[in-house]
Amino acid sequence: MSARGKIYGINGPIVTLEGNQGFSMSEMVYVGQRRLVGEVIGLSRKETTIQVFEETTGLRPGEPVEGAGTGICVTLAPGILNNIFDGIQRPLKAIQAVGGAFIPTGVNVDFLDRKKRWKTKLCVVPGDRVEPGTVLAEVPETGAITHKVLTPPDLCGVVAATVKSGEYTIDEPLVLVETDGGEKRKLSMTQRWPIRVPRPVGRRFVAERPLITGQRILDTLFPIAKGGTAAIPGGFGTGKTMTQHQLAKWSDADIIIYIGCGERGNEMTDVLEEFSKLVDPKSGKLLMDRTVLIANTSNMPVAAREASIYTGLTLAEYYRDMGYHVAIMADSTSRWAEALRELSGRLEEMPAEEGFPAYLASRLSAFYERAGYVENLNGSEGSVTIIGAVSPQGGDFSEPVTQNTKRFVRCFLALDKSLAYARHYPAINWLTSYTEYLNDLAPWYQEHVGPDFISCRNQIINILTTESRLNEIVKLIGSDVLPDDQKLVLEIARVIRLGFLQQNAFHAEDTFVPLEKQLRMMETILYLYEKCKALIEMNMPMALLREDSVFEKIIAIKYDVANKELNKFNEYKKRIDDFYQKIMDANA
Amino acid sequence: MSIEYLGLSEINGPLIAVEGVRGGFFEEMVEFTAAGGDKRLGRIVEINEDKAVIQVFESTDGMSLDDTHTRLTGRPMEIGLSEDILGRTFNGLGEPIDGLGKITAECVKNVNGMPLNPCSREYPRNYIRTGISAIDGLTTLIRGQKLPIFSGNGLPHDQLAAQIVEQASLGGDSDEEFAIVFAAMGVKYDVAEFFRRTFEESGASAHVAMFLNLSNDPVVERLITPKVALTAAEYLAFEKHMHILVILTDMTSFAEAMREVSSLKGEIPSRKGFPGYLYSELATLYERAGIVAGVEGSVTQIPILTMPNDDITHPIPDLTGYITEGQIVLERSLHQKTIYPPINVLPSLSRLMKDGIGAKFTREDHQDVANQLFSSYARVGEARDLASVIGEDELSEVDQKYLAFGTAFEQEFVGQGPFENRSMEQTLDIGWRLLWMLPKEELDRVDTRILEKYYKQPKEDEQVPDSGSVGS
Repeated sequence: MSARGKIYGINGPIVTLEGNQGFSMSEMVYVGQRRLVGEVIGLSRKETTIQVFEETTGLRPGEPVEGAGTGICVTLAPGILNNIFDGIQRPLKAIQAVGGAFIPTGVNVDFLDRKKRWKTKLCVVPGDRVEPGTVLAEVPETGAITHKVLTPPDLCGVVAATVKSGEYTIDEPLVLVETDGGEKRKLSMTQRWPIRVPRPVGRRFVAERPLITGQRILDTLFPIAKGGTAAIPGGFGTGKTMTQHQLAKWSDADIIIYIGCGERGNEMTDVLEEFSKLVDPKSGKLLMDRTVLIANTSNMPVAAREASIYTGLTLAEYYRDMGYHVAIMADSTSRWAEALRELSGRLEEMPAEEGFPAYLASRLSAFYERAGYVENLNGSEGSVTIIGAVSPQGGDFSEPVTQNTKRFVRCFLALDKSLAYARHYPAINWLTSYTEYLNDLAPWYQEHVGPDFISCRNQIINILTTESRLNEIVKLIGSDVLPDDQKLVLEIARVIRLGFLQQNAFHAEDTFVPLEKQLRMMETILYLYEKCKALIEMNMPMALLREDSVFEKIIAIKYDVANKELNKFNEYKKRIDDFYQKIMDANA
Repeated sequence: MSIEYLGLSEINGPLIAVEGVRGGFFEEMVEFTAAGGDKRLGRIVEINEDKAVIQVFESTDGMSLDDTHTRLTGRPMEIGLSEDILGRTFNGLGEPIDGLGKITAECVKNVNGMPLNPCSREYPRNYIRTGISAIDGLTTLIRGQKLPIFSGNGLPHDQLAAQIVEQASLGGDSDEEFAIVFAAMGVKYDVAEFFRRTFEESGASAHVAMFLNLSNDPVVERLITPKVALTAAEYLAFEKHMHILVILTDMTSFAEAMREVSSLKGEIPSRKGFPGYLYSELATLYERAGIVAGVEGSVTQIPILTMPNDDITHPIPDLTGYITEGQIVLERSLHQKTIYPPINVLPSLSRLMKDGIGAKFTREDHQDVANQLFSSYARVGEARDLASVIGEDELSEVDQKYLAFGTAFEQEFVGQGPFENRSMEQTLDIGWRLLWMLPKEELDRVDTRILEKYYKQPKEDEQVPDSGSVGS
């Protein structure tokens, strides 16, 4: 028997009931005649407080409130991929079919398509023992991904009967299990799971495999591990969303969950249109086939914005349990934090820093800790990587959301306004960004890419750091007075910035660069540096070196050498040797 | 519903509390009748059982606790619409104030609107040519975009907005219907008058619907004005299939009004005293721009906001920038150099530009020229900083070229006449002409093929005027 009550007060998305009506904390409720979805967020003897995930205009005191008996849940079954949901997993396409172009309130749609018949291959036979996570059946969900129907985490037993492999809907029972408690349970493809509870895992590993993104500054300078956490903070217009899009397109995760939390509607449309056309280079299938979009745009109700992050996380954990590597793009976690603040303000809670509630830090840490590289209950390995965009107020990184996020992520990719103004994209500042994964990932890079990878990477970072130190001097007295070896550092740093760090997301070749090419590019630049240094040591003036077009040639490598023609790099090495020889011949 | 309640329990500025109300709902419209028979409108903003807090859209002067009648209308805030609203002037609540009588409504719409389903949106791709180089060339306005102007007090944002309205064409020979919805929130009389006169002079006034809440009009009315205007815009765009340009000025007054009311309600303030829901509230306005897939018509928004103390990190411009698809930033120092329009191109941005330009829409070299101009102009800033320390004479040859380029860029590319209407070709050609001032190897953002094709000695008649020591 679910709890029932009557509305007492309404203030924006917050609805209160008088007294304790028997609801439980975080329980899902249906509010009013239109049955708007809500969640219990406060209980006392005097009052029950509910946040409503939809527009509350038109609600009257006295309308009924009914409890659902569970927390806010997601429905887990085939049909999640290649779909777009709102913050509480209602499919927007189904809402469109019911409500037209605009989203009405109180729409009642199925979370997943319940009519579609999925081709199902049973993986157990009667007599098999099943434990939490055991794969019961396999369903080819999209061209790229096979959905594995898992035994729920609370069930151990023996298979008593199964249906034959064939086509089934998500509601039809597939397997009958006699549990250890002697109960008989019918299992279908569908599971429900409350969004605020992490799904259980076997054990966690240290993350030591990189998430390969094809973005040079990330893969080379600031790599992220699979199962790791990263934050991308930046003021507006610095390219957070572009960076997230690039990662969603090119990173080598099996599944991408893209959460548009309080962002622009047109951006979600863009992702939807583009991903439905783009082909994943790895599988040859459409990108949408491995993608789930969660769109809770800024004009959709604020409480659902708060929930959208958890909805996305739970979907990610579900696919991780099947043994996939999942990457979550959360754009933007600041909007989520602001949703917390907005609701906290409506509840008249005591504000902490900048009006944010005092529990901001603990909520953020709980969110990022749901990432990880794990052994699942069924022994397979999977990971959830979280990459969260942060939109700091006024572009100031000292604000509470950025600062608290910094405490809980291990990779920090700071976007920089001045780089963005100069249209240096990706506008990731190489001096203020950091990654803690480098040491964990170094063995992998050495084994799979090249033994010199890490040392090249460190040399590149060193040149860039030296450049910034020299720039301090240049700002005061100009670059002409620097000694030639320092001028050379500036010139090489320029080559690195333009030829290596800058990457053109709209260029067919440059948008994704394999690790081998990244390494060869670094080697070529460092080789040029070495040769120039030798010349400078022989007192050749920098001005003379600069007359040659070799620097521009190296900068243009990113466009001129296709990703597949790595042998072309030998020509560049020869070009550098010729340049060295020419100068030697002319001046020695 | 016809029950009337007599008497109020509290009046606090524009907020009124009434007890004993039955059957009222959240955001319901309420009509008050004061002692003299004088009627005022309000809206329920908080309701607890039978106690309602009501926001009054007009002044509460002259209302008393005992003699005021309260009537629940049973409807949310709505506005009656028909195509006849074009050419008319309304107050901030959508009531005609031009003395031409009432509108015969064809339909009635809730002003709160509904969120547009991201699945039903069409990604905006068609650019709107404004004839202003800094916008067309570097921050191209796209149909269905929301592109605010960040300005400061005393800067010519009104003139710029008026120029955009006058010159905005949908590119080429389109015969599509085009109209303007103008919403003024807390602006000075002169500003509203300036726009009215401009629309009249350009012969556009038959295609303009004006919603005016002037600075001496009630503050609470200001909160509803943009919603009324956007409801009208959505109606014209998606039901009458017109292309609508919405000008909202001044968003700062709107946000200030929200702060005023919020503090009266005793809400917990977040940044700078603004309520925590400022972002959500702004977003519900700005997100009402766009194109519905499969439906002719579009809503393009140009909100204008004045940055308090020219501070772009102030919550209002800051939150706006996070919602809108770019921004056009006006800069006081350029204005002081008498450059019109004083657009600082570096912080200005159009997020939708990338998909609406190029060979298919404008010209193949557009993106490259834009990137190069941005990058080179950013470099100008560095050269100027250096020059202010060591003096111009000490600069390297390249840096000196950058200084000259910077000046020419500001005067010839950004600067133009208030009635000058440049074609896209002209804008891009000026860009190349200016880039000619820089050595070829400095142009590192341009594709090699494009560079070969366009980087040429300008023809005699359009030679860059000798600006300083640099020349051919």
